[in-house]
Formats: sequence, structure tokens, C-alpha cells
Amino acid sequence: MTLIGKSVPRLEDRELLTGTGRFAGDQNFEGQLHMRVVRASLAHGRILSVDTAAAAASPGVFAVWTGVDVADVSPINLRPGSALQDLEKCRQHILAQDIVRYVGEPVAVVFADDPYRAEDAAELIWADIEELPPVVGLMDMPGEFAPGVSTEPAVLVKGYGDVDAAFASAAHIVDCELSVGRHAGVPLETRGALAIWNDDENRLEFHAAAKIPHTNRIALAELLGLELDQLHLFEGHVGGGFGVRGEIYPDEVLVNLAALRFRRPVKWIEDRMEHLIAANHSREQTHRIRAAINADGLILAIDDEFWFNQGAYARTHGATVPVVSATMLPGPYKVPAYRATGRIRLTNVTPAGTYRGPGRYETTFVREQLMDTIAAELDLDPLAVRRTNLIAADEMPYERPFEIGGKPIIYDSGDYPESLARFLDHVDYDAVQAEMAERRASGEMAGAAIICFVELGGDGPFDDVRVEMDTDGRVEVITGVASVGQGVETVIAQICADTLGIDYAGITVTHGQTDRIARGQGARASRVTVMTGNATHKAASGVRGMLLEKAAELLQSPVETLEISDGVIGIVEGLGEGPSVTVAAAAAEILRGQNAPRIAVEESFENDRATYSFGAQLAVVVVDPLTAGVTVERFAVVYDIGRAVNPMLVEGQLVGGAVQGIGGALFEEFLYDETGQPLSVSFADYLMPTAAEVPDVECLVLEDSPSTTNPLTLKSGGDPGITGAGAAIAAAIGDAIGRPGAIKRLPVTPLRLRAILRGDADRKQEKNNAENGVST
Amino acid sequence: MKPASFEYVTAESWDAAAASLAEHGDDALILAGGQSLVPVMNFRLAQPAVLVDVNVIPDSAYLQIDGDSLRIGALTRHVRFEAPGIDGPLGRLLPRIAHHIAHLPIRMRGTFGGSLAHADPASEWCTLARTLDAVMIAQSVTGERRIAAADFFHSALATDLADDEVLREVELPALGPDWRCGFAEFNRRAGDFAIVQSVAAIELHEGQIVSARIGVGGATETPQRSGAAEKALLGGAPTSELFAEAAGAAADAIEDFLTDQQANADLRRDLVRVMVLRALEDAVSAG
Ligand SMILES: Cc1cc2nc3c(=O)[nH]c(=O)nc-3n(C[C@H](O)[C@H](O)[C@H](O)COP(=O)(O)OP(=O)(O)OC[C@H]3O[C@@H](n4cnc5c(N)ncnc54)[C@H](O)[C@@H]3O)c2cc1C
Repeated sequence: MTLIGKSVPRLEDRELLTGTGRFAGDQNFEGQLHMRVVRASLAHGRILSVDTAAAAASPGVFAVWTGVDVADVSPINLRPGSALQDLEKCRQHILAQDIVRYVGEPVAVVFADDPYRAEDAAELIWADIEELPPVVGLMDMPGEFAPGVSTEPAVLVKGYGDVDAAFASAAHIVDCELSVGRHAGVPLETRGALAIWNDDENRLEFHAAAKIPHTNRIALAELLGLELDQLHLFEGHVGGGFGVRGEIYPDEVLVNLAALRFRRPVKWIEDRMEHLIAANHSREQTHRIRAAINADGLILAIDDEFWFNQGAYARTHGATVPVVSATMLPGPYKVPAYRATGRIRLTNVTPAGTYRGPGRYETTFVREQLMDTIAAELDLDPLAVRRTNLIAADEMPYERPFEIGGKPIIYDSGDYPESLARFLDHVDYDAVQAEMAERRASGEMAGAAIICFVELGGDGPFDDVRVEMDTDGRVEVITGVASVGQGVETVIAQICADTLGIDYAGITVTHGQTDRIARGQGARASRVTVMTGNATHKAASGVRGMLLEKAAELLQSPVETLEISDGVIGIVEGLGEGPSVTVAAAAAEILRGQNAPRIAVEESFENDRATYSFGAQLAVVVVDPLTAGVTVERFAVVYDIGRAVNPMLVEGQLVGGAVQGIGGALFEEFLYDETGQPLSVSFADYLMPTAAEVPDVECLVLEDSPSTTNPLTLKSGGDPGITGAGAAIAAAIGDAIGRPGAIKRLPVTPLRLRAILRGDADRKQEKNNAENGVST
Repeated sequence: MKPASFEYVTAESWDAAAASLAEHGDDALILAGGQSLVPVMNFRLAQPAVLVDVNVIPDSAYLQIDGDSLRIGALTRHVRFEAPGIDGPLGRLLPRIAHHIAHLPIRMRGTFGGSLAHADPASEWCTLARTLDAVMIAQSVTGERRIAAADFFHSALATDLADDEVLREVELPALGPDWRCGFAEFNRRAGDFAIVQSVAAIELHEGQIVSARIGVGGATETPQRSGAAEKALLGGAPTSELFAEAAGAAADAIEDFLTDQQANADLRRDLVRVMVLRALEDAVSAG
């Protein structure tokens, strides 16, 4: 093996850098119609009438639909496996039927011959909507949200151990209330879809699909009433996914439905304003968490109750985010008894789904602020509290006795204390601490913190891969995954080339084309390298076996004496001299006389266990006490990935994730006013971090703890950059202002930080007054 | 986010631009750098029937000292101010301010005149114009009009320019060698419009402040000069204590703070205090 572990350049880059990418907007079909969605401008209301006459008569308009035109289409289903039964009642119709429940909900659609004219016509549609009182409070007493649907449609309880007994015997009990703001993955490329009825093939084609084409194919075919072989999805380039892009929303269904009904291509490109109110939001949850602690800061039990804002409807992800939140909250710590009660709440805002690091970003913030609060209340060193509670190496594999998605949670491998120690060494934490102390002594509000987390990924249940080789030795790897820009083509080519003993650069990796392979799981849950990588290894091993067998015949030498290197099959080095044959010639020989242009081996890799890995992050910040502004001076991540197929790509994931995580920690938030009107509808008010706000992210990628769940011993690497970022920034700010645990809510805006600093100033004043005998 | 349809005309001269406006009345808008107008049109918040593109008008982008004045052509791009060129305290101030406006690609297109005509409450150029009492030179088919900065800014995004007037030139006082100028602003991300900003200009004579101009932007609907701060400074020596007193006076004197999701009145008041102080400190250290 020579290629796995090398930071070889990305195969994807040539197209992207030379402007030959095929994003949704780049694709067009002759005679296409352009769709424009008319969206609700009220958070809650009854549709009295929708006047479409002027729009229908507007130049270039082909058709206008309102709710009645699509009343026969069932609401969008939750993905199998991700649903709680109770959420079925909260599914969304592709166009509002009678009631609108969030600003941005599709009410009507216009199809026109030109996107400008479509938008002109959409402006002429007048929806008469009677305003109803909106539900905006996440933690209000449950009430009715829709007929027969409670504002709290589901409550999930996850736990293990005797929580109440632990609290009864605890030396200390610490509690806090912590919230993460509503934000989401905001890809540079907004959503887009292009559908065309292909008469020759008797099938509907959905182009510019993303993320999970095979899964979406099944769901869409069902919604549209098509046989599975009457629908195919084709992935193009994707300008960012992050969990948000590539799900089935009303808009994508409408495009496909229209192409099917009109027998005419239909194109839709979401604009930025739509994206910020129509695509899945995420993250918003509030936790009331309590910990039972012994005198040394060891956690005996955690009891957490949290409120998760699902928005107005359940989306395809069902209960994924609250379930992951509930089960991953304990993270890298022992926590012998645990109970989480997750209250899924409906409110009149944009529905929520997953965003990179779902459930982990939020709960890592909650857990790590809890650790800081414990340290503050027991007057212990924050790092020492973490060390006391870390799962030890000899406890691996570590099983948490509850289940996620029907499977036990088993942390497969890791030496968490050792990884943390290596990180402290790497960032020279003692020196950092000394510098902070010195700066604070001279009046600066500078602070640093280290937080810990556990990442999960590499999720099954299966992945299929077919490796094909033609008579010239050219290889195509056909997969059921998708690319969200993470480097899947490079990584899969590396694994295939490594197995076959050929150059990776000549390998074609095909993904996201449902007509090329029957099944697929797409790019989600940080699973591609683990699952598709192992399937690739299996299939490529099959091809390798065929090649060696044929070469054994040709070279008159037993298979065991042969190896493949640089595309040539020959005698294993050290076993002496002998003839050799190229891979291409062996392939041609195999195919001679067969009626097939290619050798093909298809394999399935199945796995019902996820991989779990340790990570930690360091943030150094300085707070301007006068403006309540925060500057991030330093940010570092350690991550034990077990085995890195391409370390450069792992680092890329860590850096990109960290930047997004800093966004959620300091800048990004979907705010609403008390009537449910969104306040963050453009990039002027939804603030994404830029290069100027983020320092160079330092990465330490460890390969100390290979996974025990799969033959290649790989672990996931898509999310560790983001998972700890909210926690790290919050903890560093707490350190900077001299109040660990003070940050109760993300993002930490100047407005919120000012309130904390002011509170501190007022308290100080009160204390002084009290000491001086002044009454206030 | 695609604009409604409009007619596009190019004006070869200011006369032609004024004539176009006269012809189309309030259905027409001038297109300068397009960095504010085009986004607003994409949101369909503005739907002009006619766009009068003034970008091709010759000799409309310049910085020129003329006696006691610095004359600035309306089409002078923000980026032009980043390059040195003008001597004296004002010349040293302009690049320091320009650097805070948006991002480089926007500064390449956006114009000085466009910023003033657009009148965003947190526009650096508007705050500078108000602080130094610039004179705006407007032109229409009926002639030319000189508008004092104090009269120019009506409210957020609204100016004294009539529908048929173009802004052709702006005059700033070319401050003498005894002036010291400073600038400070606070925003959450580099390149964003400031939440609060301040321009400070003080004239020193034998260690005493003999004239003072303190401007605050972003805090209220229009940029303001702070009489309270200026009064506090006059006659004093440029010490940190006096600056803090003046900054406090500036913050206390404002009543009608803007409030939005980024900052309420309390935070803005704090920021006024800090930005005025920092602008004054900048004036003595760099100005
Ligand atoms: C992301 C972003 C960030 C920005 N950040 C800042 C910032 O920090 N600070 C800042 O000051 N600005 C900022 N801007 C705005 C930018 O500076 C604009 O260039 C400026 O506001 C308008 O100038 P313009 O030449 O582009 O005008 P245009 O957009 O072409 O026009 C703006 C308005 O003024 C009118 N107009 C323009 N010129 C004339 C004229 N000569 N006579 C009469 N009317 C005229 C137009 O009709 C229109 O109504 C930002 C813009 C963006 C997109």
C-alpha cells in the first residue's frame, strides 16, 4: 500500500479551476421553462384566495399553479429511519393548502419562458391571507399548532443508569440554561433543479441533483407516482452542501412534477433571499442541563431537558437532529448515568433540518459550557475537570448503553487523554496560558480555552461500488455516493489505485448517477470515505484477483509470487527475475473472447456500526470591553482520524468546518421579530464569516486509533472542524472576561456580550457599594 | 432577485444626464457605480423605469485642490482615495477612511457621489461630508444649486436632491496644516457598513484646540456633527481626559438612536463614546 496516506492533489480541481464545472445554473435544456415560487409573507394565516389572473396573462407565462393544482400530491415524506411516528402529522405540502405556516412557505408557482418574466409575473400574484396569531416562543406551554397537531408533536427520552440516585447522593449539583441560535449551512451555490421528460427512455430526469440522489429517487418516484425505472437523478457539480442542499423540498418536487405534466423541461434556481427563508434552518435549541458531581469534579450523572425548534413542518431529516443531540451530548466523558428529554417544538418559522455536525455542534457547546460552569463553581481548573471525566484508553471499546437508530453506541477506539496531551503539547498550552495571564494582568481581556468532543460518522448500512476496467487498463469506479466538494473522487481513486497498484490520476470516479448503479447512500453523515472507501477496496480487490489470476496463467508463475506495481504485474520483488505483463494487457486477455468491453466487479460493503473519534479545539480570543467585539486570534484543532487516506483533504475539512463553526459562534443567526417575520434575509443581515474574521486554523491530524469497524480501519472526517467551534469560542470568551461558563447563548454578538459585561460591571458596583455600606 | 425591466440610457455629459432626468421625472434614476442601486433593484425595492448611466461622462472623476477647497468629481471611485495624492491632514485622512468602505471589488466601482446621493446612515463619505460641512453641487436643466451638508441629508436614504437633479461635484474644505484628523468605526466584520463611526478634526494652535469638528455616523438616521463634543474640546489641550469628556458629551447628546438587530440604542451610545474617543486619538497619533 503506497497511496493511502498521501496528500496527493485533488482530481476534481482541474474542472473547477478552469471554469468547466457544471453547476445547476450552467445546465440548460432546449425549450425549458423557468419556475418562480411565490412565498408566504405572513408567518401564519388562512389563505382566503389567490388571484393568479394577472400573472397568467403576463408575457411569457406558460402556467400558474396554486395549492389546488397539486392537492393530489401527498406531503413530503420523512426519510425512512429518521422519523418519529408523531412527526408524520407535521409533513409539508409542496404548495400550501389553506394555511400558511412560515414566511417563505410556497403558495403558488409561475412557469414562464424566461426567469425575469417569471419573476415579473410572480409579483402580480395576489394572495389574500387572513392573519392568524403566530407561535414564536420555543419554550411556551404546549398548545395547538395545527388542527390535531400539538406545538410539541414529539418528546424523546434517551438515557441509561440511575440518574435520580446519583443526584440524591451528589456532593454538588450544577445547572445551567444554554441556547444555540438558529443558523444553517449556507452554501455559495443556492439550490437549483432541472427536470426533463426523456421520451426515448420513457423516463423523467432530474439534473443538478445533489447529496443523496438514490435516496431522493425513491422518495420522488413515490411522490410523483412513477415506477422507479421511470425516474433518474443526475448529480452535477455542487457549490457546497453542508446537509442543507440536496434534500427534497417542495421546490424540487414542483420542478419535477411540472416537467412530468408539461412534458417540457423546467428549470429553477433559488435566489439568495429565498435560500435564507426556504432552505432548512438548523441548530436552534435550548437546554436546561443539570449535573451531579462528586467533590473532585467527577460527573456522576447528567439530566438534560432540551427544546428543539423544528419550525413549522417536519422535514426529510425527521428527528435526526434531536436524536443525535440527545445521544451525543455526553461526548468524550464517562457520565455513568444520563437522561435527556428532547422536546420537539413547532413554531411559525422556516422548518429545520440537519447542518454539518448536526446535534454535535449544539451539544458540544452545552456540555463544554457545563464543564466550565462546574470548574467555576467548584473552583477547579477547567482542563482538570475535563481530564477527570475523560473516558480512559483501557475502557475502549466504550459502550453507551442506549441506542441510536437501533444500534448501540460503541466508541470503537481511542486514547482520549493521550490525544489531549499531544494537543496541549502541540499548541504549547502552558505558554498560551502564561501569555493570557500576562495580558489580563495588563488589563487586556484576552483568553484561551480547550474543549473536547467526540465525532461520529462512517454510517452504514451499506454502500455499493462497481470497479470496471477496459482493455486499455482504464478504470472507472461507479459509486452511489455524491460529491459535496469534499474530495470524494480523489479519495476513492486513491483507495482503488492503492488496491490495484496503478496510478490514481487516470481513474474516473462516477457518483450521483442513478442510471449507473442501482443503490446508493449519497454523501451524508460523514460516511463516504469509510463506507464507499471500503466498498471500493472490496471491488478493486476482486479486479485485482482476476488480473493476478490471468497474469499467473500468462507468466506461468503462481499468483502468490506476483504483485502489481505502477500498472505492471510481475514477480514480487526479492523473489527473483521474471517476465511481466501490464495491467492493460492482462485485462485485454481476460476480455478476449468475452462479449464485454470491460471487466466489472461489483461489491457491497455493509456495516451497522458508526465510527467514533476524539477531537479537541483551542481558541484564543480577545474581547474589546468598550465595544463588546470579539477577535479570534488563534484557532487549533486536533483530531484522531485513525487513518487518513489523504491528510491534506482531512485538514481541508477541519479548516472549512472551523470557519463555519466560528460563523455560528459569533455571526450567523436567523432572527425573527415577534410576528414571525424573518430579519435575516440577505447577506447584509445574515453575517457569514470572511477570511478577515478567522485566523489560520492550525490542524493536528492524529492517526493513533484506527477504527475497528471496517477493514481499512478508517474513521469519519467531515465534521470535526465545526463540532467544537461554538464551544471553543464561548469558553475562550468566558476565560477572557474572567467568567468561565458565562456565555449562555450562541452566537456571541456584541449586543449579548455587552449585556454580560454590563451585568458584571453592575455586580461589581453593587459589591463595592455593599462593602462601602452604600445602599442602592 | 432579478430586477424589473427598465430602459437603459447612457448620458455623455452631466447636461445630458440632467436632461434625461427632466424628461423622465421620478421614473428615472442615475446609475453610478451601481453598488447600492443594483442590489436594491434586484430586491425590487427600486423599480426605475429608466436608468441613466453616467459612467461614461468624461472628466467626472477627480480630486482637485482649488484654493481653500478640495473638489471631488461625483464619479470618483472609492479606490481612488486609497492612493496618496493630496497633501496635508485631509490628504492623510482620506485613504484611512476609504479603506473601511466595503471590499476592494466594491471600492473599484462605487463612487463618492453615489455614496452621498444614496445617503446610507453609516456611509463613511456622508459622515465625512457632514463633519467637514461639504458643499454638494447639484445640477438640473434649470441650473446649478449648492447645497450645504447640514441641509443635504434628510433621513436615511433621503437627500435634498430633487428628482431632476444630478450630483456633479462635492467641495470639501482643504484643511490647513494645523488640523489633525482621525477616523474610527466599529463593525462586526471587515467591510460591513459600520454600526457606529466617527470622524474627528481638530485645529491646534500652540497646544490648544482652536477649532473642532466631530462627526458621528451610523448612530442616527443621518450623520451628525456633535456640537456638545466640539464645545467640550474648544480651548482645551488635546489630552486623553479631554477626549474622553468630549466623547462622553457626544454620546450623551444623541437622543434618536437607530436600533436594529445588530445594536440597540444602549450599545450604539456606548459605541459613539468609544468611536469618538478613538477618532480623536487617531487624529493626534496619525492625523
Ligand atoms: C457588500 C457591500 C458593502 C458595502 N459597504 C459599504 C460601506 O462600508 N460603506 C459605504 O459607504 N458604502 C458601502 N457600500 C456601498 C457602496 O459604497 C456604494 O458604492 C455606494 O453606496 C453607492 O455608490 P455607487 O456609485 O455604487 O452608486 P449607485 O449604486 O450607482 O447609486 C446609488 C444611488 O445614488 C443615486 N446616484 C448615484 N450617483 C448619483 C449622482 N451623481 N447624482 C444623483 N444621484 C446619484 C442612484 O440613482 C442611486 O439611487 C457597500 C456596498 C456593498 C454591496
